[in-house]
Amino acid sequence: MPSFRDLLSQVREEIREVEPEEAERQRADAVLLDVREADEYAQGAIPGALHLPRGFLEVQVEGRLPDKSQPIVVYCAGGTRSALAAKALQDLGYRDVVSMVGGFNRWKDEGRDWSAPRVLDADQRNRYHRHLLLPEIGEAGQQTLLESKVLMLGAGGLGSPAALYLAAAGVGTIGIIDMDVVDASNLQRQVLHNLDRIGERKVDSAKKTLTALNPDVNVVTYDVRLGADNVVELFSGYDLVVDGTDNFPTRYLVNDASLLTRTPVVHGSIFRFEGQVTVFDPYVGPCYRCLVPEPPPPELAPSCAEAGVLGVLCGIIGSLEAIEAVKMLLRLGDPLVGRLMAYDALEESFRTFKVRRDPTCPACGDEAGEILIAEYDQLCMPHPTVGPASAR
Amino acid sequence: MSVIVRIPAQLRSLTGGVGEVAVEGATVAEVFAALDKAHPGMGERLLDEGGNLRRFVNVFLADEDVRFLKGLDTPVSDGQTLSVVPAVAGG
Repeated sequence: MPSFRDLLSQVREEIREVEPEEAERQRADAVLLDVREADEYAQGAIPGALHLPRGFLEVQVEGRLPDKSQPIVVYCAGGTRSALAAKALQDLGYRDVVSMVGGFNRWKDEGRDWSAPRVLDADQRNRYHRHLLLPEIGEAGQQTLLESKVLMLGAGGLGSPAALYLAAAGVGTIGIIDMDVVDASNLQRQVLHNLDRIGERKVDSAKKTLTALNPDVNVVTYDVRLGADNVVELFSGYDLVVDGTDNFPTRYLVNDASLLTRTPVVHGSIFRFEGQVTVFDPYVGPCYRCLVPEPPPPELAPSCAEAGVLGVLCGIIGSLEAIEAVKMLLRLGDPLVGRLMAYDALEESFRTFKVRRDPTCPACGDEAGEILIAEYDQLCMPHPTVGPASAR
Repeated sequence: MSVIVRIPAQLRSLTGGVGEVAVEGATVAEVFAALDKAHPGMGERLLDEGGNLRRFVNVFLADEDVRFLKGLDTPVSDGQTLSVVPAVAGG
């Protein structure tokens, strides 16, 4: 029966080992793979390293590193576990694996670059476990969500499901602007609120619900009307805006501020049994005015308060907005930039249409003037961009 | 050419509640003219006084916005779907 020493020397003959100096040179092209335990990793690691404890290595590595020709430098604390890990990776078919001699301890002693990684605490690890299992999110993605700031425009039909899911997902800062109070007629669709909250400010009710769901989330409330006087300052403090507003003038104002502050907007809108979702990524894809150059006259565009809306529809469209928000924050997949998704509940169908940037768009086109932030009337025509506001 | 026009909820009062209408035409303009003939009032909702497509209505041939094709002159072929998608703002 061979001893551990025999096993290790056998392994070392079959793998290649490199000094920290060589590992540092390879850093640009290779994945640095840290196979230590979580508590060791939390104390300090090589920035940018992928952390996959030795115990989970074989089980998880193919999900995390699908390309078997990818150069990999494995390290542990002292160079023993990494040697065994390198052998295991070779056995799995990875063709360019080396183990770093002396491990992280020597790397650190030699004065090379290291830092204490941001890590989730035990409660967070449990709470976000299903996200951590997804290689596309993982610990780094979850940290990104926790550091993200999303502004919800409205705590109503669309804002309710979107805010609930974004809070549950661990978006660290959720701002909510709404000047309304909870009314019994809201409860058919606005699932942030409940009977006990009738008469309460919607932002306060929303904060109670979201904080009870996830204490990691800092809910910032704005009990004001979104207007030309505050929209730019508000947007400037956030990574992303989720639009659940309910009228055309505000949608155009949101678009102007989005372009000016370069803040992407996840757009959702609903009418009776139909909803639309898209993402406006300023100057990357089309803007709202490229899609809707002019609003319909009020008599052709009754609000949900006048025309009615199926409550559950808000759950579908608001949840799609939350999905798009998470994708934008994590740069995952193909967000609905340049695509309009239209949902019909009666027919139970989704259709996706292409939306293009309009080169003649007065808001984001080639000839567009400076963006002026001012209130829109019902016609929502673009503001003239020359002359003082008083001259208009 | 027979084209399927998808009618949005806001305009179904003009089609007797029907969401899809088959009409003849070789261009978008011809299709809309035939649609207006079959369902009077429809033309006025889609086109302005000058006969141009209203700016708050998006019309997609398959998944392309006709404004970025040839507008009302966009040719249509047999069996294609023209979707009328009006802007909505509810939240």
